[in-house]
Amino acid sequence: MSATFLGMPGNFPKNAAKAVHNSQLRYNLRKATHTIRGKRANVVGELPDWQELRAAGKAIKDHTLRNLDRYLIQLEEAVTRAGGTVHWARDAAEANAIVAGLVKATGETEVVKVKSMATQEIELNQALAEQGITAYETDLAELIVQLGDDFPSHILVPAIHRNRSEIREIFLEKMPKVPPHLTDDPPALAEAARLHLRERFLKSKVAISGANFMVAETGTLVVLESEGNGRMCLTLPETLISVVGIEKLLPSWRDLEVFLQLLPRSSTGERMNPYTSMWTGAVEGQDFHLVLLDNGRTDVLADEVGRQALRCIRCSACLNVCPVYERAGGHAYGSVYPGPIGAILTPQLRGMSSDLDASLPFASSLCGACYEVCPVAIDIPEVLVDLRAKAPHAAAERAGMKVAGWILNDHERLAKAQRAASRLRGLIPKRLPGPMSAWTDTRDMPEIPEESFRDWWERNERA
Amino acid sequence: MRVALFITCVNDTLFPGTGRAVVSLLRRLGCDVDFPAAQTCCGQMHVNTGYREEGVRLARHFTEVFAGYDAVVAPSGSCAAMVREQYPKLARPGSRGAAAIAEVAPKVYELSEFLIDVLKVEDVGAYFPHRVTYHPTCHSLRGLHLGDRPTRLLKNVRGLELVPLPGSEECCGFGGTFAVKNPAVSAAMGADKTRNILDTGAEVLCAADNSCLMHIGGTLSRQKTGVRTMHLAEILASTEEAQ
Ligand code: SF4
Repeated sequence: MSATFLGMPGNFPKNAAKAVHNSQLRYNLRKATHTIRGKRANVVGELPDWQELRAAGKAIKDHTLRNLDRYLIQLEEAVTRAGGTVHWARDAAEANAIVAGLVKATGETEVVKVKSMATQEIELNQALAEQGITAYETDLAELIVQLGDDFPSHILVPAIHRNRSEIREIFLEKMPKVPPHLTDDPPALAEAARLHLRERFLKSKVAISGANFMVAETGTLVVLESEGNGRMCLTLPETLISVVGIEKLLPSWRDLEVFLQLLPRSSTGERMNPYTSMWTGAVEGQDFHLVLLDNGRTDVLADEVGRQALRCIRCSACLNVCPVYERAGGHAYGSVYPGPIGAILTPQLRGMSSDLDASLPFASSLCGACYEVCPVAIDIPEVLVDLRAKAPHAAAERAGMKVAGWILNDHERLAKAQRAASRLRGLIPKRLPGPMSAWTDTRDMPEIPEESFRDWWERNERA
Repeated sequence: MRVALFITCVNDTLFPGTGRAVVSLLRRLGCDVDFPAAQTCCGQMHVNTGYREEGVRLARHFTEVFAGYDAVVAPSGSCAAMVREQYPKLARPGSRGAAAIAEVAPKVYELSEFLIDVLKVEDVGAYFPHRVTYHPTCHSLRGLHLGDRPTRLLKNVRGLELVPLPGSEECCGFGGTFAVKNPAVSAAMGADKTRNILDTGAEVLCAADNSCLMHIGGTLSRQKTGVRTMHLAEILASTEEAQ
């Protein structure tokens, strides 16, 4: 069972520094992100109306979020009408208790899961394990992460940090009926996983899923996936429990059209994803439960700048284009949501009381690449800067910034400081002490000039 | 045309040569330039590090100093983007500050924008016989959408051989205080950037932002590569006589 994300030690800079020195990891990440990045750019480039689609996606999500209360009730009514049962969960503990109770009521001790980030967020697998229930991930990458006792490190490709020989090792060690001469050929690995999973699907009476979208008007849930495991999970078991964040809502069936174009192109760089499954309420022979998860989302919604993070459709385009994610890897973010979206969503959902969460808004160079690719136009740099203003700052930094602000607020003070720096220019060592050593460890300092621009101007122009 | 120069605090303090190059270039093109002496800093470092209050104070100072000019030219894509893109988000809608920002911000131009969009020149009469590669810098590229303006100017410089930089659109890893708050990632990004620069065989790396150049140049110099960094203004200001 994968370990827990909550209470992860360290902070982003420390975690990232370790990851940066793992050359295998850096190679795996670079290769994977650059490949998907290129594919995405190509298929997005094919659509002449991409910017209009993006604006439409943003507008639909904003409208939904503004009227979330109304649409959620509409959804509840529609799901109930269709024979499903809706449960409301304020936080992780409530959601886990609801799901555990539902599974127990079936008398089963094993469940299959189709990738759901919401259940990762609330650590459902651990909560179920405590109740004697084993959850089996069926998404290939999630399976690799679960068998490897590991954390997911990417939204779409949770095992992006693993290469195929590592995956082969994990399979050999953890799969009971793995073929003994398993090679690290991708088709061979996929086949081993398929055999392993098929048995699970056929045996399981309970499945837990997430959803990419929920349609308020019809009560329909939608999952997009590419392996077919989702469809197996959704249709074979007798009880289906879907755990979904309340922000995954769309008002109408028509709105789906926009997102079924935006999501596959942004995530896998495909024009269309291989499997789109939709279900409405309970079908014959199957019991259906929908657990609507808040877990901090209404607090995010209350924040004027930060609420745009709830538009996210978890496509992972921002991760694949982020130069920081590419070097630091997903684990450095200490959350199921890594990369740029994680840097703004996690500290909003969890607050910034831990060292790790307080460091996340600073895990960006503000290069803006994430904003540019985001299919729902989330201005991630804007939210980062806003969160930085709310994050705690070290006393020494506060003092330094105060002094800098005081000097910069008056041109005569600034001129004096410049002249002082010029006089001392010969004395500045090549390696600086304290926090500035972070600069001089790998970079030379610029030379301080003999004369500032303003003094030069004064001398030449005012004379 | 009467133009106010916003030299920016980093240029003023550490790279005065860039400011002098802007003065000589714009004068050569017939502009009447002024340096409002009360100017200091746009406030970007404070705002982007989470010190909004100090940043807002600096922004207010900026709008006071530059009110009343037809055009303000800054040799920094990042500071120009701060004023044009971020200032409007700093003031309460309908407030006096918001009105002052709405008045000044649209008149602030990054150097290459001013040359091409306002003065309508692409050939500034420069001469620089060297192999040069250009790094577009994130705020110029995605904040201001400068596009190919800087390279159009460089292509018209006599003697200059412009070579493309692989991965040019990727951030160099400076990011203001990011460079010291996340030094390992910043250095890794800087190392990849310098590797790409060395691959071009260029003698000079050019950009429109001295802060990024300070980070890349500091890395190039620590690695003893011999590649120089130069601000766009310095290349555009250089002439045959000056060589
Ligand atoms: S923030 Fe935007 S780009 Fe990133 S995962 Fe969400 S929708 Fe995709």
